[in-house]
Amino acid sequence: MSEPSGTAGKLDLDPGLVRRARELAAVAGRPVVELARAHTTVSVERAVLRLAGVSGADPDGIPWVNRLVDAVAADVGLSHGVAVPVFDALAREMGSPAASAWPARDSLDALNLLAQKAAAGSVRFAVPQRPRAVRAAARKHVRAGLRRIDRRRAERERLVRRHGDPARRPWIYLIVATGDIYEDIPQAQAAARAGADAIAVIRSTGQSLLDYVPEGATREGFAGTYATQENFRLMRAALDETSAQVGRYVRLTNYASGLCMPEMAVLAGLERLDMMLNDSMYGILFRDINPVRTFVDQRFSRQVHARAGIIINTGEDNYLTTADAVDEAHTVTVSQLLNEFFAHEAGLADWQLGLGHAFEINPDVPESFRLELAHALLARELFPDAPLKWMPPTRHMTGDVFRGNLLDGFFNLAGALTGQGILLVGMMTEAVVTPWLSDRDIALQNVRYVLGAAGNLCEDFAPAPGGFIQRRAHQVLADAIALLERIDASPGGLLAAIADGTFGIMKRPADRGKGLDGVYPHAPDYYNPATELLETA
Amino acid sequence: MSVVRPYGDTTGDGMVQLSFTLPVPHDKRAEGAALQLAAKMGMDPAMLVHARQMGDGYTFFVVYGRVNHVVDLAKVNVVERDFPLLTAKDVNTVVKRRLRRKLSVVGACIGTDAHTVGIDAILNVKGIAGEKGLEYYRELKVTNLGAQVTVPELVEAARVEKADAVLVSQVVTQRDAHLTNTREMSAAFREAFPVGRRPLLVVGGPRFDETMAGELGVDRIFGRGTTPREVASYLVSALVPAGPRREG
Repeated sequence: MSEPSGTAGKLDLDPGLVRRARELAAVAGRPVVELARAHTTVSVERAVLRLAGVSGADPDGIPWVNRLVDAVAADVGLSHGVAVPVFDALAREMGSPAASAWPARDSLDALNLLAQKAAAGSVRFAVPQRPRAVRAAARKHVRAGLRRIDRRRAERERLVRRHGDPARRPWIYLIVATGDIYEDIPQAQAAARAGADAIAVIRSTGQSLLDYVPEGATREGFAGTYATQENFRLMRAALDETSAQVGRYVRLTNYASGLCMPEMAVLAGLERLDMMLNDSMYGILFRDINPVRTFVDQRFSRQVHARAGIIINTGEDNYLTTADAVDEAHTVTVSQLLNEFFAHEAGLADWQLGLGHAFEINPDVPESFRLELAHALLARELFPDAPLKWMPPTRHMTGDVFRGNLLDGFFNLAGALTGQGILLVGMMTEAVVTPWLSDRDIALQNVRYVLGAAGNLCEDFAPAPGGFIQRRAHQVLADAIALLERIDASPGGLLAAIADGTFGIMKRPADRGKGLDGVYPHAPDYYNPATELLETA
Repeated sequence: MSVVRPYGDTTGDGMVQLSFTLPVPHDKRAEGAALQLAAKMGMDPAMLVHARQMGDGYTFFVVYGRVNHVVDLAKVNVVERDFPLLTAKDVNTVVKRRLRRKLSVVGACIGTDAHTVGIDAILNVKGIAGEKGLEYYRELKVTNLGAQVTVPELVEAARVEKADAVLVSQVVTQRDAHLTNTREMSAAFREAFPVGRRPLLVVGGPRFDETMAGELGVDRIFGRGTTPREVASYLVSALVPAGPRREG
């Protein structure tokens, strides 16, 4: 967001059409929000328990929150929420329904002990007729968790003031992915010293399909490192050290995607992560996660991110890895508009919306670079106050590392020309190996050269009125509006569009996919103290 | 002349380029070490054209030089295409005339591999490199199970779809996951189907060695750059009886 006003108006977009696109996205999104408001999931309920202070795992590595939620589900289901049955049982343990009578420390210990007893089958859960006192007790514990998140946010703001933000946009975003947190740390620190402003620790392949969050520091992962609370803590501490050395606050990124979005959001807030990948469409399309499950999870996780001051990164770039980046460019725009709607509804501010898009047009297509500029500028102008996450080429990286480095240079140039907020550094060895030390160094040289030589070129760059770039941007916006109109006109709405393969070609019906068995409709007495506190804040 | 050596700008000059990193800071000794490594790799003379320190203790080198090695093309073993390359129209015609039913193909990425780009390139109508995928072939019935399919799910789908061929794509190769997954898959099919009823097993991915089919228990391996048309042509040559029409 260097100077949003500096690029505004370059495409001469019709403000009426832009307004219309937003209205159509809201119409498409509203039923999904209603669906999310009427359901809960095992992961939402586990996140509530994490906020209330349940932590740790059994000897098999299954977290106590999973044990507790499973035990509650077995006794009374989850349609009432987990808070009331759990705090009702806890009140019996503590000998009083009034939380004011509980010593705070003891009640936290008792809560964790309750999880262990529940796992052993020695606690019976019930839904009390008069839940007022029990609700108050649950609210008190969850509020304490949210306050911890608030303190971490204040701490971030303090550290940013102390160390400073990067001197320029875009922020340079680099990935580490060794599988071993103790290898990741020196690599991340080296990357930060070499100029990275944000470090993302890629998760182990398949973690998004685990219906629990692993525990502890981990040294083994496949093509990535497990996201755990302890790994978050270790990496954040290491980057705090490096931030002080380099005199700039280095941000840490992980993933609130897959089956555990809500819990990841809570853990990220508790450990002061700064950015989180957060997009249910990725789970739906690429992991075949049930759409209802993940929309419910997404809403809760975004509410937590909003509270934690975390910037979300959305996954529109992913569509273009399977669908054609020219023919399907408008699906990216549609998804960005929907993501904006869902994010605002969940309480996120514009500065927290790292809406994704990517440089994925086949370089053999004539005028491919001008098309990329049109698409990137369209995103910039539609969302002038969002940071925007600009993703490098992957699909047309062939293993020819020389050509790949050139393509990455053009990608960097497009990012600079169109004022992108967060630039994920492309690797010339994409599709060959996980990046080597030298690959990262060459990639950073590439970025530094382009930003150094042309970082402010957006000041001089204005597409010709009525020219190729303007016409293309207008076309993509018109296509996006047409698609939104089709979605809104269809009886099944957005979920039907997803089922039909509108996004990224993959067809994902709402009654299929992983994690559906963890979705519960709200009973009239459903109670979730976290949602209550987050929505009234 | 079946003996060749690398070509820089003159026949027989043997010139190659090489880049690597050594875990040492950049100084004279580091450059000497880089040249010695190049010499041990058969580069003589070797020219150090670029050295750049990265971080505290690593240096990146680019070396150009002449190698003494030669390759005898007559002694190079590769899997040559041993089937005729057909057009989509020919594939459809052959299946229709000779098989007289649709040829059923089931595809998936197995294990934790979520990279569907390979199987999608071969199966999706979209295809790759301007060639349409197998879904586009009228006489092929394609079931694409997508990513992270378990082996039992794949076997079951092959049974339900009466698969003539099963296509498996593997991109992730950490810890040889692609080899382990492929062996597990072929063993499961061998167990689940009687001899002669087993679907044709085809795996593909950028890191497979095409000569390893026998070792992995599959019928064919396709490597980097394979197009849908090649796969379709192979399926027809392997599955559709060539000679006079037979009852299928």
